[in-house]
Amino acid sequence: MPDNLNPAVALSVSGLSFAISGTELIHPMDFEVKSGRRLVVLGPNGAGKSLLLRLGHGLLQPSSGQVHRNDRHLPGRRAHAMLFQTPVMLRRSVLDNVTHALAAIGVPAAQLRGRAVEALNRFGLMGLAERPARLLSGGEQQRLAIARAWALRPDLLFLDEPTAALDPSATRLIEAMLADLHAEGVTLMMSTHDLGQARRLADDILFLASGSLVEASEAERFFNDPQTAQARAFIAGDLVW
Amino acid sequence: MIDDASPLIAALALIVRLDPAFLGIVGLSLRVTLTAVCLAALIGLPLGALLAVSRFRGRLAMIVAINALMGLPPVVVGLVFFLLLSRSGPLGGFGLLFTPSAMIIAQASLVLPIVIALTRQTIEDLWAGYREYLQSIGMGPKEAIGTLLWDARFSLATALLAGFGRATAEVGAVLIVGGNIAGVTRMMTTAIALETSKGDLALALGLGIILVGITLLVNALAFGMSRIGVRHAG
Ligand SMILES: Nc1ncnc2c1ncn2[C@@H]1O[C@H](COP(=O)(O)OP(=O)(O)O)[C@@H](O)[C@H]1O
Ligand SMILES: [Mg+2]
Repeated sequence: MPDNLNPAVALSVSGLSFAISGTELIHPMDFEVKSGRRLVVLGPNGAGKSLLLRLGHGLLQPSSGQVHRNDRHLPGRRAHAMLFQTPVMLRRSVLDNVTHALAAIGVPAAQLRGRAVEALNRFGLMGLAERPARLLSGGEQQRLAIARAWALRPDLLFLDEPTAALDPSATRLIEAMLADLHAEGVTLMMSTHDLGQARRLADDILFLASGSLVEASEAERFFNDPQTAQARAFIAGDLVW
Repeated sequence: MIDDASPLIAALALIVRLDPAFLGIVGLSLRVTLTAVCLAALIGLPLGALLAVSRFRGRLAMIVAINALMGLPPVVVGLVFFLLLSRSGPLGGFGLLFTPSAMIIAQASLVLPIVIALTRQTIEDLWAGYREYLQSIGMGPKEAIGTLLWDARFSLATALLAGFGRATAEVGAVLIVGGNIAGVTRMMTTAIALETSKGDLALALGLGIILVGITLLVNALAFGMSRIGVRHAG
């Protein structure tokens, strides 16, 4: 099963389901993430957004169905990377967090520092380079997580509610950075339970509820003309499950 | 030797004069115990880390067994190695009984379960937080061990100090396999045990003071290490 997809598709999912000890948490679904687009996985808490992103990134193995990524395997980069809701910071300096990731994907030792410094500069973190990453604020940690992922030069970036734990100003900053990544051509697949964020960032929407894909469409259509009662209720601010 | 004159003053005199026999005992003790801790670290750190990240049948039983071994009475460890190393024992051919090597082996065996158990616990906690991220950048459990050991180095140093503390303080194992031979296998604790019963209170007390000093130092180091750890690693 080579990942020889149409290059216009970054991720293609067919018949995908996921179960833990007999309980199906993600019900069979099909969808695509188009290259260069921002797909937002929208849904209330417990809808299955985190599971879906982990399945897409390969951290979880599907119980059935397939996940095809259009991975371009090139030396010194990783085709896809992931940001977690609570950033995972290694117990190292800000700089060493980035060099560690680069070393892990096989970047030669001589290039580690240069590429890490480039990433920190790119995201305005160079001033914090020597600080222990765990002692940064939540917003700075998420920014470092973005810089660390960006340093791997991914084509596709998974983001699991990257601003859910942040205050509005940190959220604005992260959203601006995601807009920049989008402008650079990185494909984004991002989850949120925040309608406002989905409106601001999404090109395409996957609306999930209770582990099922309820609606998949372009963002404008989703918000202006939702096709399902559940989506209409969610957009109207009613509880959905 | 010493009648009514305070043994404490005589003990202090031994320390201040840098009495060669006295220093010999302290030096041997430190050499044996440090070597034993290094050996235990060399084996125990990777083993503990491996136990933390791998999942196999019997893992929980193994963890319980190793935790239990931490409480092993030193005299029993001494007895076991005495039987193994004595001339008629399975390892008798090496002629190690009543040598510093025998004491190193016995102490390393006492320290090893501590190092494995504390490493396992420390690394498992760190791994719980790191696992998904490391997997995300392509590092499986085995590849992650280096990262985990490095990032846990300050906590692990504390584990080694705990092992060092246990080894420094124990008498039974080194007494049985070492034999407390003057100038050859006489350690601080074995000397205290025997000299006290022989009435050389000055030597016993002098060594006791050094032991207490080492204990204080080890604890201060452990405390400082965790502070440095927070400052450097968060
Ligand atoms: N390891 C797990 N074991 C059992 N249930 C789980 C596990 N992980 C997630 N779930 C369940 O799957 C559902 C979807 O979880 P999740 O993907 O985290 O939702 P979301 O990210 O949309 O809030 C939830 O009901 C959650 O309780
Ligand atoms: Mg979630």
